[in-house]
Amino acid sequence: MANTMDSPRTAVSNPPVQPMETNLTQRDLIRRSATSELPQPERQLTPVAKLIDVSKCIGCKACQSACVEWNDTNPAVGENVGVYENPHDLTADMFTLMRFTEWVNPETDNLEWLIRKDGCMHCADPGCLKACPAPGAIVQYSNGIVDFIHDNCIGCGYCVKGCPFNIPRISKADHRAYKCTLCSDRVAVGQGPACAKACPTQAIVFGTKEDMKKHAEGRIADLKSRGYANAGLYDPPGVGGTHVMYVLHHNDKPQIYADLPVDPKISAVVQTWKGATKYAGLAVMSLAAAGTILHGLFAKANRVSKHEEEEAKELVDESVEHAEKREEDA
Amino acid sequence: MSTPAGTKHTKLGSEDSIRRGPPVEVVRYGPGKRINHWVTAISLILLLLSGLAMFHPSLFFLTELFGGGQMTRWLHPWIGVVLFISFFILFAQLWKLNLPNRDDVKWASRITDVIGGHEENLPELGKYNAGQKFIFWGMAALIIVLIVTGIMAWEQYFGHLTSIPTQRIALLLHSLAAVAIILVFILHVYAAIWTRGTIRAMTRGTVTGGWAWRHHRKWLKDIAGRGRIDPAE
Amino acid sequence: MTNAWTDIKNTDLVVVMGGNAAEAHPCGFKWVTEAKAHRGAKLIVVDPRYTRTASVSDFYAPIRQGSDIAFLNGVMKYCIDNGRVQWDYMKAFTNASYIVKDGFGYKDGLFTGYNEEKRDYDRSTWDYVIGEDGFAVTDPTLEHPRCVWNLLKEHLAPYTPELVEQVCGTPKDKFLKVAEMISECSTPTKTMTSMYALGWTQHSKGSQNIRAMAMLQLILGNIGVRGGGMNALRGHSNIQGLTDLGLMSHLLTGYLTMPSEKDTDFETYMSTRQFKPLRPGQTSYWQNYRKFMVSFQKAMWGDAATAENGWAFNYLPKLDVPAYDVLRMFELMNNGKVNGYICQGFNPILAFPNRTKVTSSLSKLKFMVTMDPLETETARFWENHGDFNDVDTASIQTEVFQLPSTCFAEEDGSLTNSGRWLQWHWQASSPPGEAKHDSWIVAQIFLRMRALYAKEGGAFPDPILNLSWEYEDENEPTAEELAKEINGRALSDVMDPTDPTKVLVAAGKQVVNFSQLKDDGSTMSGCWIYSGCWNEQGNNMGRRDNHDPDETGAYLGWTFAWPLNRRTLYNRASADINGKPWDPTRKLLEWDGAKWTGYDVPDIAPTAKPQDVGPFIMNQEGVSRLFVRGMMRDGPFPAHMEPFESPVENVFNRKMRGNPVARVFASDAAQLGTSAEFPYAATSYRLTEHFHYWTKHNRVNSALQPEFFVEISEELAAEKNIAHGGWVRVWSKRGSVKAKAVVTKRIRPLICDGKPVHIVGIPLHWGFTGSAKKGFGPNSLAAFVGDANIETPESKAFLVNIEPSTAPKDKEVNV
Ligand SMILES: Nc1nc2c(c(=O)[nH]1)N[C@H]1C(S)=C(S)[C@@H](COP(=O)(O)OP(=O)(O)OC[C@H]3O[C@@H](n4cnc5c(=O)[nH]c(N)nc54)[C@H](O)[C@@H]3O)O[C@H]1N2
Ligand SMILES: Nc1nc2c(c(=O)[nH]1)N[C@H]1C(S)=C(S)[C@@H](COP(=O)(O)OP(=O)(O)OC[C@H]3O[C@@H](n4cnc5c(=O)[nH]c(N)nc54)[C@H](O)[C@@H]3O)O[C@H]1N2
Ligand code: HEM
Ligand code: HEM
Ligand code: SF4
Ligand code: SF4
Ligand code: SF4
Ligand code: SF4
Ligand code: SF4
Ligand SMILES: [Mo]
Repeated sequence: MANTMDSPRTAVSNPPVQPMETNLTQRDLIRRSATSELPQPERQLTPVAKLIDVSKCIGCKACQSACVEWNDTNPAVGENVGVYENPHDLTADMFTLMRFTEWVNPETDNLEWLIRKDGCMHCADPGCLKACPAPGAIVQYSNGIVDFIHDNCIGCGYCVKGCPFNIPRISKADHRAYKCTLCSDRVAVGQGPACAKACPTQAIVFGTKEDMKKHAEGRIADLKSRGYANAGLYDPPGVGGTHVMYVLHHNDKPQIYADLPVDPKISAVVQTWKGATKYAGLAVMSLAAAGTILHGLFAKANRVSKHEEEEAKELVDESVEHAEKREEDA
Repeated sequence: MSTPAGTKHTKLGSEDSIRRGPPVEVVRYGPGKRINHWVTAISLILLLLSGLAMFHPSLFFLTELFGGGQMTRWLHPWIGVVLFISFFILFAQLWKLNLPNRDDVKWASRITDVIGGHEENLPELGKYNAGQKFIFWGMAALIIVLIVTGIMAWEQYFGHLTSIPTQRIALLLHSLAAVAIILVFILHVYAAIWTRGTIRAMTRGTVTGGWAWRHHRKWLKDIAGRGRIDPAE
Repeated sequence: MTNAWTDIKNTDLVVVMGGNAAEAHPCGFKWVTEAKAHRGAKLIVVDPRYTRTASVSDFYAPIRQGSDIAFLNGVMKYCIDNGRVQWDYMKAFTNASYIVKDGFGYKDGLFTGYNEEKRDYDRSTWDYVIGEDGFAVTDPTLEHPRCVWNLLKEHLAPYTPELVEQVCGTPKDKFLKVAEMISECSTPTKTMTSMYALGWTQHSKGSQNIRAMAMLQLILGNIGVRGGGMNALRGHSNIQGLTDLGLMSHLLTGYLTMPSEKDTDFETYMSTRQFKPLRPGQTSYWQNYRKFMVSFQKAMWGDAATAENGWAFNYLPKLDVPAYDVLRMFELMNNGKVNGYICQGFNPILAFPNRTKVTSSLSKLKFMVTMDPLETETARFWENHGDFNDVDTASIQTEVFQLPSTCFAEEDGSLTNSGRWLQWHWQASSPPGEAKHDSWIVAQIFLRMRALYAKEGGAFPDPILNLSWEYEDENEPTAEELAKEINGRALSDVMDPTDPTKVLVAAGKQVVNFSQLKDDGSTMSGCWIYSGCWNEQGNNMGRRDNHDPDETGAYLGWTFAWPLNRRTLYNRASADINGKPWDPTRKLLEWDGAKWTGYDVPDIAPTAKPQDVGPFIMNQEGVSRLFVRGMMRDGPFPAHMEPFESPVENVFNRKMRGNPVARVFASDAAQLGTSAEFPYAATSYRLTEHFHYWTKHNRVNSALQPEFFVEISEELAAEKNIAHGGWVRVWSKRGSVKAKAVVTKRIRPLICDGKPVHIVGIPLHWGFTGSAKKGFGPNSLAAFVGDANIETPESKAFLVNIEPSTAPKDKEVNV
């Protein structure tokens, strides 16, 4: 794979203009839903990450519209319900959503308007993929991107339940699951995500995960110098880290950012459901089936004997006689 | 169905009646119940196949039976609804006969004789034995669990009704209940096969007199005693 | 903007006050984030609402709309009282030392010379003492009691933090924090940039708001330097181009002014425009006015403009009033004095205040022509849309012609951004359907009119018959042809003034820039300040060289900036009186002993000695004006004035209403509400998701912000029983709207003059055409009054009432 270009380093620098062959192929998969034996990829792509600096975000929604345009979705014109979030939630036509929280900082008594770009976090240990029953409906590339392959999706919604961030949405139109792809189709040809490209303040940057962590360090230092003592990087270890990370001014309280999970991990219920239940369930069912077959083959069947048939006949005849006698009596 | 004792004009082939034969035959299920049972049975089999397709990747190929994954996902809950309705029509007719009684305790305590086929050591039984009753009530309970949890997991229509943590529990329970009902189902089917002469109760509607004498003598005596006997041909 | 967008990255402190840069200028705002991220710059936001700009600020202070002068005067006072002044800059580059005439004064909220009947000032005392030498008298020691500096201190004396709190509602501690942060920028090595827009302009004293900040910036030494400046964030992508090219009734191109009735001939006109220097040795660049004016006339009328006929001066219309601004035009229309109206790329039904009046005005026209790519509300003003446009269609007799036009992406051309960059763009897609370029449409109208005049004569056909129209295809002048015409060329050989035997520009060649323009008719140029945009080098607006030596943010090879590709105006002020940069790390220019060197095109002659020529060459003084003489109608210093509709009285003069010299038409005066009837202070603004009234035609934008709403505080909602997301009715003396209520912590009641003032925020994007939900806008409510100097409507401060309500009713329209 010597000649193939690795993932782009940044969305800020100018991406290649010459046509490029796709850089994300089946052989770059490190996980595939409902697939146990996936061949080990021949190469390891550099892990990428999108870094969303919440402290730089002005909530302009350029990312949202870029995402709609690039993915050619068609979100409905809704209504105002008293908030700036529009649509009001992620939908199968809106892979990313600015969530606005008016938070009064108890320490300073100042209002802070926290604006977080919600969307798939591209977990290293993706709960969606774990939950998915359809082979190949969800895949993970060695650069960290978790992608939905809609042709394979059956629309069961298990990914919705598997995801610790409540991200995937099932389309009412085609009954397939949708979420941010991290613009895998753009990244595959050396371009950064559409949202990062559109972001006017570079609140969204994209590059290798390592570079993004370094970039975040600089941002965090800046925030600390401005009095945000708890500024930090949100890269939750509970899901093995994520390929979409946040710089938060209050990293000690992720929940104030429109309920960003404090310590996300794949739910224990999901783990049990997709783990023990499956093994134990299959085992007991097979055992029961095998047991009955064996019993059926080798044990004596429970048969009715001739003698029993006769007993029955006798009983019936007796009853008839009795009855007739009674009738006569009457 | 009860006919006052002594009434002579028992309708031919009506449930819980005896045909003098030869050979002696006892009508165990009328056509309504049999259709009802088989709708139920087929539903459950389809559910089992479609459910298992989603249950484990190694069984995903089962989706082919239903025209692919999307169809399987779509069909499964609807069949579940059919199962639920169909089963509970059956249930309404049978639940009284499946109420446990003292004989069931005795029967259950001699379970080794049951398995060993030593019917002679068991008490005389009414229409159903404790095993059947267990299956009956087990099915009923599990189907309730399955329909409730199934609806909670039914993304297309009810995905927004409950919270995601609730849905996770629902799916866990659903798959556990599914496993359980499959075990019950296996038991049910195997018992029907192993106890020779039983299947015809649900196909033709009748059992032989000997079968009734051997397995449900009280029931046989009861209908015979009530004179529910057709004249011989 | 005095500086460029890209220069904002050089600042230490960004003050966004009177604007909402992050929402209205998100791409430009990137340079604020750059300054914050790479220079550790701080951002202050002062706004009645906690905006999305505030969400990324370091400090936010609330302010009652319409009270900015009090706030800024307060900051100026704070800086002066605390010695936070960049003394050397202030002394050298402002008119602080100029002596003002006796008789000038300020009392009870009014300057000397007020005439209540005329609603105007006699401004004769608002001037310098002129010495016998014809120059203004100065006292460089600043000791003279009548010098500008001492008069300014006196004028600012009342603006204590307490008064600021009383007037603006800004809590004293917050005000002091802002003043403290700003005052730190008085050192030569710290600069602050002011980013403002409509929050300051859309007031009856809008120009004075801006002056106040400009003065503060001068005191702090922040004009002409990197990361400093007065940065007006312009609106439409080419609104800077609109003013530059004179699309205002009182302007010709390049800020040459329209003659008035008093200008009976060319020489009379020139006599009041070629300003002589007021100090020895100063440049006073307007002395070149004649060159630009003659070249303009030659561009208009070619050979028909001759020295003999005063360069066809009589072809120009003459103003009988100061200006035919939009407010006046609609007033005239409403009085039945206008027959026809060509409405090109404008949607006055939604954009102009008092929609009822605008609708009534349009209904009185004989005909209206709209030129627009979209189906605008204005084109459909006669159509009944239930509550959303409740007109009686049958009674409207106006004949409406809708001419579909193209938009910028469908044509070549240039857009001038706020930083004065003329950026060429290329057609990206072909016009849909029957849409035609504006230039084609205008050409067609012109050609048909000319033919009619040729055939039928008329009172004065000459200006139209003689208009120069030298385009390859007279049906459609190309952008390239127009751009070259604007740049200007030699009509006959232009000789080198230093060597009359040498041809500087051969006949027919493009002039290199306006320095080659002549007043003898040998050159022409459509707009002198743009000259240089397309010379013999080619299309300089199309340049895309993004090299930036030493990362100063100048980008001299990127497009073309007027004037002369200069990126920072007054850049000579970036160096001290001896030509040394105030801050060597932020050098723009430096005097090397013989000439100015550095990163930008110097503002003064490259060899002008630093001690001789002041940086403000467009002023007769060569310095900037803390005291603006009689040049503004409402005062030489900014003084606090309340909006015409204000929730509180003017603390300086409780009887005074609004700006005492702003023009108010009688019928509009009758429609001004009082705070007794309309207790709540409304303001209007845009949201980042929409561009005015056209992106609602786009489904994506509509999805991102679908429905009209108003924003109110939790306190007001509780008081009025208004539900979050529920319907409310908002009404003023002039109209009523229904909206969804966004109840928010981002708006809080302010305590002004001892009582709580509730603010109602009204965004402006909705109407009854397009794909978003039908809705209303603030202009059904806003008052029909404008700024005293420039007539910008007072859209940012008016009074309303509010109550819970029900959904408006629509009516299906079958077209
Ligand atoms: N997204 C978007 N961007 C746009 C436009 C658009 O329609 N949509 N329009 C463009 C145009 S044409 C223009 S002119 C610009 C306008 O740009 P801006 O002037 O920045 O925009 P506005 O939203 O009109 O008003 C700015 C702010 O002024 C505040 N304000 C109101 N009154 C006062 C006051 O008295 N004092 C102070 N300090 N603040 C006050 C308001 O609360 C508001 O937050 O935007 C341009 N950019
Ligand atoms: N209350 C209140 N009122 C306001 C404001 C406020 O803040 N508050 N802001 C004011 C300000 S600053 C402004 S700029 C106005 C904006 O008011 P308008 O300028 O009327 O608003 P736009 O929607 O931008 O209208 C421009 C029209 O030009 C059309 N157009 C676009 N491109 C072209 C083209 O190439 N050719 C032609 N012929 N047409 C084209 C568009 O389709 C659109 O219909 O609103 C003003 N009104
Ligand atoms: C291939 C599958 C099945 C076979 C061969 C089968 C066979 C039978 C037979 C033979 C009987 C009669 C037993 C008797 O009367 O003693 C019976 C009864 C019954 N079966 Fe099934 N069955 C099947 C599936 C099912 C399923 C899926 C259900 C329910 C979900 C079910 C529910 C019942 C019930 C309720 C009875 C009546 C027993 C009682 O009331 O206790 N059967 N079945
Ligand atoms: C009674 C009504 C039932 C309903 C409404 C129902 C509904 C569902 C739903 C919604 C799913 C998720 C997949 C999908 O959307 O298609 C599901 C999965 C499943 N169902 Fe059902 N179901 C029912 C009964 C049953 C029964 C009777 C069985 C077993 C025989 C069963 C076995 C399963 C299994 C094994 C799964 C997969 C679970 C997993 O992947 O862990 N279901 N069911
Ligand atoms: S809906 Fe989600 S879990 Fe189900 S198949 Fe599609 S991707 Fe997999
Ligand atoms: S955030 Fe959710 S959808 Fe995205 S990768 Fe993680 S588990 Fe999957
Ligand atoms: S990475 Fe692509 S798919 Fe994901 S939010 Fe951004 S634009 Fe949308
Ligand atoms: S584009 Fe950037 S600044 Fe705008 S909302 Fe998205 S992340 Fe925030
Ligand atoms: S007009 Fe478009 S490109 Fe320009 S600042 Fe606004 S959003 Fe950015
Ligand atoms: Mo504007």
